[in-house]
Amino acid sequence: MRVASSPPVTSAGSSPGGILSSGWFRPVRQYGEYVLGGATVIGMLVTIWAALIYSPREVNGDFQRIVYVHVPVAWVAFLAFFVVFCASILFLWRKDERWDRLAWASAEVGVIFTTLTLITGSLWGKAFWGAWWVWDARLTTTLILWFIYVAYLLLRSYTGRSPSGARAAAVLGIIGFIDVPIVYESVNWWNTLHPQQLVVEDQLPAQMLVALLIAVVTFTLLFAFLLIQLYKLYTLKAAAEELRARVESE
Amino acid sequence: MMASLQLFWQQTLAMLWKDIRCELRTRQVWGGMALFALLVLVVFNFAFDLRVNDKVAVAPGALWIAFVFASILGLGRTFAAELEHGSMDRLLICPVDRKAIYCAKLLGNMAFIGVVEIIAVPLFAAAYDLPVLTLGIIPIVLLGTLGIAAIGTLFSAIASNTRAREVLLPLLVFPLIIPVVIGAVRATQELVSPVGDGVPWLGLIIAFDVIFLSVSAVMFQYVVEE
Repeated sequence: MRVASSPPVTSAGSSPGGILSSGWFRPVRQYGEYVLGGATVIGMLVTIWAALIYSPREVNGDFQRIVYVHVPVAWVAFLAFFVVFCASILFLWRKDERWDRLAWASAEVGVIFTTLTLITGSLWGKAFWGAWWVWDARLTTTLILWFIYVAYLLLRSYTGRSPSGARAAAVLGIIGFIDVPIVYESVNWWNTLHPQQLVVEDQLPAQMLVALLIAVVTFTLLFAFLLIQLYKLYTLKAAAEELRARVESE
Repeated sequence: MMASLQLFWQQTLAMLWKDIRCELRTRQVWGGMALFALLVLVVFNFAFDLRVNDKVAVAPGALWIAFVFASILGLGRTFAAELEHGSMDRLLICPVDRKAIYCAKLLGNMAFIGVVEIIAVPLFAAAYDLPVLTLGIIPIVLLGTLGIAAIGTLFSAIASNTRAREVLLPLLVFPLIIPVVIGAVRATQELVSPVGDGVPWLGLIIAFDVIFLSVSAVMFQYVVEE
């Protein structure tokens, strides 16, 4: 209930770092994102090297290397929606609009990464299974996840920056995430009548595992970087709106 | 404890009765929904040629698509009367629990959808000559409708606060109720021609209903809060 009583401008304007707002976080707040951005760039270069040069060529051919993008992107997508889920609960509980901004920012990054997951996945599927799409539980759940969170962004764009819109979005952020395991299980059961090709996961060579790990860490850094940028953007937008309202009322 | 529970149900039934009386006087929703459900069945007949041998595989899907589409029509009207007469505030000022409002609206929606289903199922059975008119269809239809209405009532409250509510409501509801649709279609198929896939489809719907009924009842207060 901290922010609800204080004027939003002071909370939004003075601490762009938002959630990391206590005093000894200052250096992290000031230089953290540069360090994060730099680490992401370096990590991306290392990932490209690891994915294209370091990791051995698969027996199936070079297209296998798309997993070094596909797997980390999918991981980030689910991570992003988990952040939406947690931030939405915290927002409804604490009524602190900074959690709402975090949820919004994370949903936006999540939708982009889910889209990338679907695209890279279907490219891989075309090469490996010979089909762009199969109604497998993992693919279908990802697609439904995409629908839920695109609807989330639509809802946000329809309701704008209003308290009731924020609460509605938080409700969807929570319910959507709870729904995911149920959707997965139901599609899994539904598939029992349609036997699907199973992805046989062989023991990965150590080098491929290392490359995959590097890629996952790098994309997680990228996610954190994008999340912070979007979060700050929303904070500034809220502050600008507040100032505009104040000027117009005077 | 008992007294408060009794009060809760009294309030819920009072609000439910208000909505039903309102609908009986104006007849805005029921007729339209039922007609729409039948129309969807007719359209499906031509889209998939349901006379052929695979009608057992396709027809339960057609039935549930008709129910889901008709439900969306009715769900969109959940708070229509309140919005049109500006009585939402008055409903919220009432000294009743928000959960009671949610329950009343949920039961109202189930009643609306239920009437449509009571009309549509026998016609469906007759039109496609399928043995769905057994006691076994009742729990499937009831639990499936509960799942759709539990999610639908909550999100109709959300959508009614926005500009493009007719567009938004199905976009919000359809992806979330996919487990119910899968479970209900499969359970109906089992009823029509048992293949015995050994999957507890009704159990899936019950799990969905329990989870989302409780979550939605708790979440509803955040949606209508002003």
